[in-house]
Amino acid sequence: MTTNPLLDATGVAKNYGAVAALRNASLSVLPGEVHALMGANGAGKSTLVNILTGAIHADAGRVLIRGETRDIRSPAAARRAGLLPVYQEPSLIPDLDVLSNLRLTGTPVEPFRAWVRELGIPDLDLRDTARDIPLAVLRVLDLARALAVEPDVLLLDEMTAALPANLAEKVLEVVRRQGDSGRSVIFISHRFVEISALCDRATVLRDGETVGVVDIVPGVEEKIVELMLGARIVKTQMTARPAGQAASTAASRPRLSVRNLRVGTKLNDVSFDLANGEVVGVVALEGQGQDELFAALAGSIRPSGGTIEVDGQGVKFTHPSDAIRAGIAYVPGDRTEALAMQRSVHENIALPFSAALRKWGPIRVHKERTVVASAIARLQIDTRAQGEVQRLSGGNQQKVTIARWIAANARTILCFDPTRGIDVGTKQEIYKLLRELAGLDKSVLFYTSELEEVQRVCDRVIVIFGGQVVDIFPVEEADEPALMRAAYGLPRGVTVDVGIMADPTSHPSQTPEAAP
Amino acid sequence: MTRFFRNQGWVAGLFALFVLLFVLTKLIQPGYGSGDFGSLVRAVLPYAFAVAAQTVVVIAGGIDLSVAAMMALTSVTAASMMNGASEEYALFVVPFVLAMGLVLGALNGILIVVTRVPDIVVTLATLFVLQGAALLVLGAPGGAAADWLKASIVGTLPIPGLPDSIDAWVPKALVLLVVCLCIIWIPLRRSKLGLSIYAIGSSELAAFRSGVPVARTRIIAYALSGLFAAMGGLTLTMSTGIGAPIPGPYLLASVAAVVLGGVALGGGKGGLLGPIVAVFVLRLVRTDLTLLAIDPNVTAIIEGAIMVAVVMFGAFITIRGRPAGAMP
Amino acid sequence: MSSSATMPQPVSLGRRVKRFMADRPLVPLIILLVILVVILQILRPGIVNERWLANTVKFAIPLAILAGCQTMTMLTGGIDLSVGTVATMSAFIMATQIVSQDPAVAFLLAMMPAILIGLINGIGVGVFRVHPLIMTLGTSLIGTGCLQVYQRTVIASGAKIPDFLNWLGTGLTYGFPNALLLFVPLAVLIVFTLRRTGFGRLLYAVGDNERAARLSGVRYWQVITALYVISSLLAGITGLLYIGLIKAPSLSLAEPLVLPSVAAAVIGGTSIFGGRGGYTGTIIGALILTVLTTLLTILQMPEGARRILFGLIVLFVTAAYLRIVEER
Repeated sequence: MTTNPLLDATGVAKNYGAVAALRNASLSVLPGEVHALMGANGAGKSTLVNILTGAIHADAGRVLIRGETRDIRSPAAARRAGLLPVYQEPSLIPDLDVLSNLRLTGTPVEPFRAWVRELGIPDLDLRDTARDIPLAVLRVLDLARALAVEPDVLLLDEMTAALPANLAEKVLEVVRRQGDSGRSVIFISHRFVEISALCDRATVLRDGETVGVVDIVPGVEEKIVELMLGARIVKTQMTARPAGQAASTAASRPRLSVRNLRVGTKLNDVSFDLANGEVVGVVALEGQGQDELFAALAGSIRPSGGTIEVDGQGVKFTHPSDAIRAGIAYVPGDRTEALAMQRSVHENIALPFSAALRKWGPIRVHKERTVVASAIARLQIDTRAQGEVQRLSGGNQQKVTIARWIAANARTILCFDPTRGIDVGTKQEIYKLLRELAGLDKSVLFYTSELEEVQRVCDRVIVIFGGQVVDIFPVEEADEPALMRAAYGLPRGVTVDVGIMADPTSHPSQTPEAAP
Repeated sequence: MTRFFRNQGWVAGLFALFVLLFVLTKLIQPGYGSGDFGSLVRAVLPYAFAVAAQTVVVIAGGIDLSVAAMMALTSVTAASMMNGASEEYALFVVPFVLAMGLVLGALNGILIVVTRVPDIVVTLATLFVLQGAALLVLGAPGGAAADWLKASIVGTLPIPGLPDSIDAWVPKALVLLVVCLCIIWIPLRRSKLGLSIYAIGSSELAAFRSGVPVARTRIIAYALSGLFAAMGGLTLTMSTGIGAPIPGPYLLASVAAVVLGGVALGGGKGGLLGPIVAVFVLRLVRTDLTLLAIDPNVTAIIEGAIMVAVVMFGAFITIRGRPAGAMP
Repeated sequence: MSSSATMPQPVSLGRRVKRFMADRPLVPLIILLVILVVILQILRPGIVNERWLANTVKFAIPLAILAGCQTMTMLTGGIDLSVGTVATMSAFIMATQIVSQDPAVAFLLAMMPAILIGLINGIGVGVFRVHPLIMTLGTSLIGTGCLQVYQRTVIASGAKIPDFLNWLGTGLTYGFPNALLLFVPLAVLIVFTLRRTGFGRLLYAVGDNERAARLSGVRYWQVITALYVISSLLAGITGLLYIGLIKAPSLSLAEPLVLPSVAAAVIGGTSIFGGRGGYTGTIIGALILTVLTTLLTILQMPEGARRILFGLIVLFVTAAYLRIVEER
């Protein structure tokens, strides 16, 4: 490399309490380059972006722009330094019209208009309030607003997400030309197709560290995946659990039967059964309607159509307490949603006991203590710090949310990504626990963002794409490439280019018997 | 045109309501004339400024519970300073009191930004503090006001070239109100600062990411609120000629008028015109109740009930406005 | 501290102190109380005697019960500013109805407005989701209006303080205030409710994380409605006790207790954000404030200064608790 980098960040670290979001991240972007920033969920991409754009302050590290040390203390300072981000959620003020939004950020109007046209929106009314503009258009406007001030470094976070194909194409084209005209772009994306078409180099983060910088050349995908997954790549292929043990239960009446379920625009048509003693996995890309599915089954939101049957009886949930009465419990992915953080482990587990009006009286301390203690023992919760749940580790917190429903003896548990952000040991315990529950004839619906978990835990897998069930796999066939392909909405048995997952032979965790 | 109605429809409806009430008043009391209108405007003055104070903060996504206490403090300060002083001395008192409101308001904002205690708690605490300070300044209602100040809201402003019959409907108090509000509001609305105030109320995150100095803007919003409240306090002293250390019912009234005026309690929406018209509506309702010979205490109850109903309605709208799934 | 086991890195002394304060808020509170008493004794040697003690307890009790209302509502992230009005209404109705009615009937009549206001508060906050501060302020204004109307209807018949309330409010038995006969069971009941009943647990859960409570099947509006009714009932009872102590029914009888009741709960370690706190701390908080008031009276601090001090206490204690909670 002969040219000096336009942006050079080294040794960037950021801790949240005891949790290290970034340990040692570095990123170096050359003039005129489109640079991909990659990493699995939780690798620290968004933290790094937030640091570079002044939204948060790093605990350590150094950021050079054009060779000068810059202390970017606010988004305004980042702007002045020539660094402009376009976030996943548009940062236009919802209650102001577009023109006011431009004035607020000091964006020149004419270049903005030109860019908007260029990006494929010919008829924008600058007097429209941002709130009334569709999300996809809003993202494009956000990009146009950034382009209009001609930044040195443009930072695009999942820019093509939520964009229809025609807009996405224009956006990619414009981004490519930015690189050609000597400006730099940091491009964050999960889509290999875009990255290989667009980017010159890629920086890969894993667990808060930069683990590699690679040139984008044909065939580099495998290398990137290897870097992203790290140790996981060499894991021994775990044996798919035999589905035989679930087959016996399939004959009886299903515990939960969902038909043509719809929720607003997010969930269009979902039908499936959940048998007693069965763990059914749900696999979907972000935002395909899985959140709505779980919320509807848990009674948090009302479906706009379709039916839910529990043990053959039609039900209409208007409040989570209805679902709980039907024996359906919901464990949300975000633990802060489920726990009263300042209260004790005991109280958190016993919370559902007091929920009903007739249970408001004196608590039967002894009985309750026995039930709670057995749930704690069952999940092996580390109770040294049980005074307040917020002092527990993430894994133990997650255990508390599950223990609550074991103590309450729920017959069906809806687990939404229960292993997100917790340590490996606890993950294993949770897998084991879910299988044990199935063994006790309870049923579990299990959404996971980590595809490898599916074969460890589930009997069947349903794949949701665009708010619809696109496929249902028996566990033997649910290996990662097959799931990934289905999650992108591609039919089974057809090989279509989906980034690196397209070619089964290139995937490291490919199993011989699971070829489509 | 449609956009105008969408944005201003609420205010237009309110104004229609006001006209309707006015016609009603005429029906109840055929003799209701310009003089009565003048006293209505005088009664509205402190409420209007209280509402203006509340509006700025609510648009910025906050709430100011100390409005009424701030008015009491500024009112007693002005009244006790002018007590026994010369007429000219009041020329110094007015800017002093306004500056005091501005500074104390800014202090509210600074406390919120620095302590990160929610606005509702901070302003509750300052409510107590300002109340206490008002009691320290004047233990009981008293003090005085300069005659020219008192005169400045009585009678009408003769406008050359306008027939007396119309001129009679332009009370000085209304002119004062309009001038004071416009002098601050119109430049603000057009400035980047005004945009920033709307921005932090609409979405703090988006505002922050758009490079808006969120903390500074919030402090300024509270400072402006203090300034308006000080104006309200001054009008209290002007209309009564004294200062009273016990805050009037301006807090709830201001919140109710803000909600009725189409300013969302979440922030970011609405303007100043709506709440001001809403104040006139609420005051006129009171006038009508009085004209209907209803016991003033009952009037107070009805008025209170209307305000609570309005606030409940506003809160209800806010819940309904949330997207599905965000329902707590 | 067993919890330090989860923190492998050494914990600094400052953090240890903070954590200790968060875990055992009673100890520093009692120390503060003792210090205040000692200062009092130094300023006025001999003042701290049996009579002073009984007197202090007598005046602390109504405050402590009202602070109980604040404690319970604050646990859910709310506040009840209508307690002053409710207490006044109950007291006033009791004093005027006892003239012509059977004591039991008078008592029931006196409790009616309490139940009604509590119900309206609860529905407003729980169903319509009005901010508790605004809601209770509104109902308190309406209540005051109603009381004024009511006062006119009974102005001819006069008022008297029932002997029983007199005995309860001011009487001493073996040097102990009779009010303790009411307060001790009441306090035990509140503490028991908060610690050992399903309802108490829900108050904490709802205040800590409403969404989590909802996901556990808790219906928010039920909890909140019941809570505000209970709070109002307690306020009503306080009114009866207080009139026996003050012996002069007025339309603003218990109003001066509202601010100290909030302050007492905050000092007692109950978080105004909900989910944290308890009643024992509040009782000590009420004692501290009562002693502090005596101290300020001896120092000849005017009422205004006292309000300022209380307001500052609320602000700084809240900010301090926020720091403690954040630093984990």
